[in-house]
Amino acid sequence: MSIDPGSNSGNNQGDDMDTTAQTNSLAGIAASRVHVQPGTQALGVGLEARGVHAWFGEKHVLSNVSLDFWPGTVTALIGPSGCGKSTFIRTLNRMHEFIPTAAMAGEVLLNGEDIYAPGVDVTKIRLKVGMVFQKPNPFPSMTIAENVLAGLKLAQLKVENKDDLLEECLERAGLWAEVKDRLNTHGGALSGGQQQRLCIARALAVRPQVLLMDEPCSALDPGSTLRIEETISQLSSTVTIIIVTHNMQQAARVSDYTAFFLSDGGPGQMIEVGSTNEIFSRPKDKRTENYVTGRFG
Amino acid sequence: MTQTPAQIPAKREITTKPRFSDKVFRGVVTGGGLSSLVILGLILAFLLYNGYSTLKQQGIHFLTSSNWQAVVADSGAVDIKNSHFGIAAMLIGTMIVAVIAVIVGVPISVGAAVYLTFYAPASIKKIMVTAIDLMAAFPSVLFGLWGFFVLESSGEYWAKLLNKYFSWVPFFKLPAPYVTRSPFIAGLVLAIMIIPIVTSVSREIFSQTPLDRIQAAYALGGTRFAMLRAVAFPYARSGIVGGVMLGLGRAMGETVAVYTVLNIVYQVNWQILLSAGGNVASMILLKFGEASPYEVKALMAAGLVLFVLTLIVNSIANLIVTRTGKSGR
Repeated sequence: MSIDPGSNSGNNQGDDMDTTAQTNSLAGIAASRVHVQPGTQALGVGLEARGVHAWFGEKHVLSNVSLDFWPGTVTALIGPSGCGKSTFIRTLNRMHEFIPTAAMAGEVLLNGEDIYAPGVDVTKIRLKVGMVFQKPNPFPSMTIAENVLAGLKLAQLKVENKDDLLEECLERAGLWAEVKDRLNTHGGALSGGQQQRLCIARALAVRPQVLLMDEPCSALDPGSTLRIEETISQLSSTVTIIIVTHNMQQAARVSDYTAFFLSDGGPGQMIEVGSTNEIFSRPKDKRTENYVTGRFG
Repeated sequence: MTQTPAQIPAKREITTKPRFSDKVFRGVVTGGGLSSLVILGLILAFLLYNGYSTLKQQGIHFLTSSNWQAVVADSGAVDIKNSHFGIAAMLIGTMIVAVIAVIVGVPISVGAAVYLTFYAPASIKKIMVTAIDLMAAFPSVLFGLWGFFVLESSGEYWAKLLNKYFSWVPFFKLPAPYVTRSPFIAGLVLAIMIIPIVTSVSREIFSQTPLDRIQAAYALGGTRFAMLRAVAFPYARSGIVGGVMLGLGRAMGETVAVYTVLNIVYQVNWQILLSAGGNVASMILLKFGEASPYEVKALMAAGLVLFVLTLIVNSIANLIVTRTGKSGR
């Protein structure tokens, strides 16, 4: 993927990277990068978090996060454990409220509309903002094909040609070649990496606008991880991707933007956001620098 | 990689020497584990020993005829030649009543389990779980009495309703206008009795549904109902079948409650609304008090048949569970 400033360099400290994006405003950065994304949909729509706070019971776990995600970009959320990044992405498709006692404040706007507004059908939000979890979780009672198409059944969507959709989604998730001869066998027989790509295919089948990935590779071996990173790169031109990762090399390899989260014992906060290149080479905040250079975390 | 056979060493035997305390504990738990098997075996042997003579005399008629007559000659001796023992009506009655109980009780139980696991607020859940556990510990004779005095009268109305609108179903035909003390009413009482056990087994299984799969279903835009269908039911199915089998076992073996409610008649009757039914366990209770030693042997044989029937039903259930495999686990 040519637009990715970090993808061609394993060296996080490299000074030879693209330096065009200097401004601190993510919107500004995205706007300045429009020219490198020919053929993708027009900007002006996307997912925006505005002053998001989150609580579990009385515990304030996330404080005042504002972040924009532009179409066709990959944003990595990094930071040590317990800094609220997983909680944050779960507020983006309303999976946060799934946990009893969970509460939030602020707004999350999808294409300009607040997904927490009264009267919003939460299932429709989750169709537009899909999710891939840390642990591969295919439905074991279903075949590979049924798994991919499970979202259609769950959300009662109709499609003209299921076979085409099946092939397209598995192709996009980079799994088609490996499973095309055994679509009617059970998903549980696949390797962990294949299962995770199956979950990605499943998430793609309902045609989400945004795909949230919560440490999608943390349970996988390096080979599978690489394969999923390739998948992410291929997807990023059509789907907005937000990925939580503990692996900074991964953030550097796959993302356009990186946001650094940190908790100083209190609620997690977003310390800094910028182009991935910038965050890894010239972080503005000392804490970000300490983290990305491996001094802590 | 290529090794000649000569280079492959013999497999070593891997052993561990257990400690003394380990051995003692192992003995204790093994004893506990085997005791149930031993007790079951002893009961089976007892029934076989006592029931064998009747089975031998009556042969297949013991299962196919419904005639139960212990003829005693004037001398006081048992007239073996003219005595007939057949439990066909009782066997069929047992199954009919148990099946009614399952058909009525299981949907209610599974519904209750789904509600308690996925819908109920914590406070209601706590109260209901306690109530259901209490219901399980309730003496069966009280269910029987309640069924006799309360359910009988309202059941009569439902029975007439069923007969009025569904009399084209053979089971709901009424050859005579007697609808009290029917297998239908007995089945309802049993349904209520199996609800606690089936509910608590199902609830246990539902509550173990893996969270990541539930989340996956929600994250794909599923409603709660869609999630239940795609995730919870496939996961819980075999466990629910297990719970149903426990319920069915209780329904087939239940004695006092059925004895209180059901009118026991020695004739095969498929019309569940008619005041005539059969039940092996209740018949044994009915006859035992006044039975001659000879007739007691026939009752033992009936008990043996009930034992085997329960065994067969459980095996079939096991087969169903393993056959339908891929159980979503």
